[in-house]
Amino acid sequence: MSDTRSTDVHGDENPEILTSDGESDLGEAGSQLSTAPVETAMPGSFGGTRAPGVRGWITWSVREVFGWARWFWRQLTSMRVALILLFLLSLGAIPGSLIPQTGSDALKVQDFRDAHRTLAPVYDKLGLFHVYSSVWFSAIYILLFVSLIGCIVPRTWQFVGQLRSRPPAAPKRLTRLPAYATWRTDADPEQVREAALGILKQRRFRAHPAGDAVAAEKGYLREAGNLVFHMALIVLLVAFAWGQLYKSEGNKLIVEGDGFSNTLISYDDFKSGNLFSSDDLVPFSFDLKKFTGTYERNGPNKGTPRTYQADITYSVGAYGKEQKTTVRVNQPLHIGDAKVYLVSHGYAPVVTVRDGKGDVVFHDAVPMLPIDSNITSQGSIKVMDGYRNAQGQIDQLGFAAFFVPTFAGAGKGTMFSQFPALDHPVLAVSAYHGDLGVNAGLPQNVYQLDTKSLKPFKDSGGNLVKARLLPGETMMLPGGNGSITFEKNIKEWAGFQIVQQPGGGWALGGALAAIFGLAASLFIQRRRVWVRATTGADGVTVVEMAGLGRSESAKLPEELGDLAGLVHDRAPTKNDDPDADPDQEPGAETPVPAAEGAQKK
Amino acid sequence: MILATATNEHLASLSNTLIYSAMAVYTLAFFAYIAEWIFGSRSKVARSASALTAGAADKAAAPAVTVKQAGGTAVLERPKVVTRSAAGARDVPDGPGAHGGDEQGDLYGRIAVSLTVLSFLIEFAGVLARALSVQRAPWGNMYEFSITFSTVAVGVYLALLALRKNVRWLGLPLITTVLLFLGLAVTVLYTASDQLVPALHSYWLYIHVSTAILCGAIFYVGAVGTVLYLFKDSYESKLENGGTPGRFATSVLERLPSAASLDKFSYRVNAAFFPLWTFTIIAGAIWAGQAWGRYWGWDPKETWSFITWVAYACYLHARATAGWKGRKAAYIALIAFACWLFNFYGVNIFISGKHSYAGV
Ligand code: HEM
Repeated sequence: MSDTRSTDVHGDENPEILTSDGESDLGEAGSQLSTAPVETAMPGSFGGTRAPGVRGWITWSVREVFGWARWFWRQLTSMRVALILLFLLSLGAIPGSLIPQTGSDALKVQDFRDAHRTLAPVYDKLGLFHVYSSVWFSAIYILLFVSLIGCIVPRTWQFVGQLRSRPPAAPKRLTRLPAYATWRTDADPEQVREAALGILKQRRFRAHPAGDAVAAEKGYLREAGNLVFHMALIVLLVAFAWGQLYKSEGNKLIVEGDGFSNTLISYDDFKSGNLFSSDDLVPFSFDLKKFTGTYERNGPNKGTPRTYQADITYSVGAYGKEQKTTVRVNQPLHIGDAKVYLVSHGYAPVVTVRDGKGDVVFHDAVPMLPIDSNITSQGSIKVMDGYRNAQGQIDQLGFAAFFVPTFAGAGKGTMFSQFPALDHPVLAVSAYHGDLGVNAGLPQNVYQLDTKSLKPFKDSGGNLVKARLLPGETMMLPGGNGSITFEKNIKEWAGFQIVQQPGGGWALGGALAAIFGLAASLFIQRRRVWVRATTGADGVTVVEMAGLGRSESAKLPEELGDLAGLVHDRAPTKNDDPDADPDQEPGAETPVPAAEGAQKK
Repeated sequence: MILATATNEHLASLSNTLIYSAMAVYTLAFFAYIAEWIFGSRSKVARSASALTAGAADKAAAPAVTVKQAGGTAVLERPKVVTRSAAGARDVPDGPGAHGGDEQGDLYGRIAVSLTVLSFLIEFAGVLARALSVQRAPWGNMYEFSITFSTVAVGVYLALLALRKNVRWLGLPLITTVLLFLGLAVTVLYTASDQLVPALHSYWLYIHVSTAILCGAIFYVGAVGTVLYLFKDSYESKLENGGTPGRFATSVLERLPSAASLDKFSYRVNAAFFPLWTFTIIAGAIWAGQAWGRYWGWDPKETWSFITWVAYACYLHARATAGWKGRKAAYIALIAFACWLFNFYGVNIFISGKHSYAGV
């Protein structure tokens, strides 16, 4: 790049053509074959000479500042910096896969914190527990995307310019191009050019006559594809960010027979993006009719779930028609922007509690929380009001409960479930009374019994009253204080996650555009072909054809051969040409025997 | 029900037998490739050196010109196309291949390829039997994944041979590593056949994993080409600078294609399948969207697919950036492939995430 001409030549991809000495006779032939940015700016004294006085200083500083700003911008949008940023992006993504992340597993983060007392605060400072929303990771991708935009905009303009201008004229010496063919013919130069123009246009080249040659170019779709790909990346990122800001995500546990309507208060827990408002919730409601789970009965993977499905009826809007459907693990229900996923399930034993007089004070299905893969579950039964004890006083009852769908059997020494299906269900309860603490206004875990202010029921031996109940069995509370019955119809519950994440369509569209753009960019070759026809010294027409691609390609000589064949059909080799020596290439300075090249494919 | 179980077990053990048989035949192929290389070492061609020194002498005077016949079958004799390699590039001819032009070597090479075809078919049958025994696609765990992956990698190699590409030099390194893979698979990774948990039932899984395996196999072939490129390139530059490489290096590397051809080969292979890899990730995101309620959640597997993707994008960028072509780009390609490998083995073994199901 020593001569001044080549600094304004674009297409750094072709240094092999542009940088070697004595190649300036190629002129503009290789220019504008792509729109990749070229490194041109150099830091230095942008300000130039400083005139004396304040005025001089100010103008100098302005020049200096603008110079630096421009230099910085050029750096940021250069290929080299894009490369470095891409590299940093992949490097920066690694720690998030090795260190537990609060976003995906807050519990693990807590374990890690407990285990590494000195390291954890350092990690905290570096944002390593939430890498993908950390300052430094954001900085990398924001810089990358600024660079991307700064790269796409000028490249697009350049490409539009290329589309509006014509392929550059033929270089002086076509022999220097990567693929070359020549022959002598009786046809007029004019005729040859016309034929070539027709053939090239028919082959969908953009072609035009320029001087004694025809210049043609093809494969613009490559550049277009590349631009589409990079723009699609921006669409993808914006769609993803949009989705994060407006997203909402909540969970709800529903027992068979119960229902849900999509309002903020109905959720067990709820998370949303910064710009979400509760009006954005899609109005719908549904009832869980039945949950079905089946499990592997035999083999090494005994107990592995095989099907999970929830049969529901739902209606959209306040007065929508009721519809039936089934939600499976991989098949969420789509309602407008909202998707309803089946995410968990467990059992809800039905329990009846009676007071001393035998009146029913509680009758309900009590969802229990699984604690292992065989659905050993834990829960609590709370009778808050309506209960009076044997003396007729108002009291509250609490039962700590433990449920197993498949009990190992009495005397087996384990209360853990042996299988996830309802083969041998057992409910173990222990009984308390007193203040459940629900009126204190403190948030309470529904699945756990806080026994701090409760008094255990004691039997005659002074032990806590507890029992293992089979379906249909009843445990009496001592002193005529009532009873608790484990009913035969055990219900199941399903946990649903309701997610609204707008922008999914845009993200998908961007992704598809990216793939197609990428395919066009990688599979299409951009190439130029020139056909020159001149009258030689002896009055015979000499036809020369040459091709140039963005990179060396085996396809280019093949294509040139085809084109040369077509042109040759219209302007055949002059018969009984004295110079026609098949092994002699008139264009090449030093012909090399064919055998040498035969190795190269 | 019981009957079905019996046939399944029968199929599963048939599959195991087939995989072991395939390993045996691969071993024979391995020895045949070795024989090809050994017999090939008899030829003492040193084309690179002469081409490089000759090239240096007359490069300034005239460009190296190679001649090629185009459209030879036409009725009218068509004009010939002269190709000229880019100035600045070394003009080293491709080596003759492992057999080095030796007839006996070539014979062993052909035997090796035939054995490779045979073992490929046996392994393919083994994978098929496994799939039938579990009545689903054979990639529910790392054992199944490994046997499928190695079958596809060999399939890619054979497909390239069938397309008459000059790739027989890939044979020995490829079969060696395939044997290692299978050895690991049957000893360390073996898992008895079983069905999938509900979250893995989705046709997106089939699309996602099958393209992931295909891309991996292709990237693997590309990576082998890249490693050989690095060796050949340093060999050529040593020669160019007047050095004398060792006899073993000369014997082996002279028979490989030129560094430029190897580089081009790996680039084509990697670039051609980068869009498919992009698609694989998107298919995975769609599947995750259906199974877990979010299409992207930075799960370790997702993260490493992303890292792999960005690393390959880096490679493609490097090839288009002045000062990064050649060796530097090649190192990036190898890093990218290492990321892919880590994603499929390392992540399952060292990191737990949503993607770990059904055994290892
Ligand atoms: C978000 C990050 C980016 C990704 C994932 C990415 C990805 C890619 C990929 C895969 C290619 C290969 C396609 C081909 O060779 O035609 C490519 C090409 C290209 N990229 Fe990027 N890119 C990113 C950012 C950028 C930036 C910031 C720039 C501007 C400096 C840029 C400029 C280019 C150019 C000029 C090419 C064409 C190279 C050629 O002509 O061969 N890219 N990009």
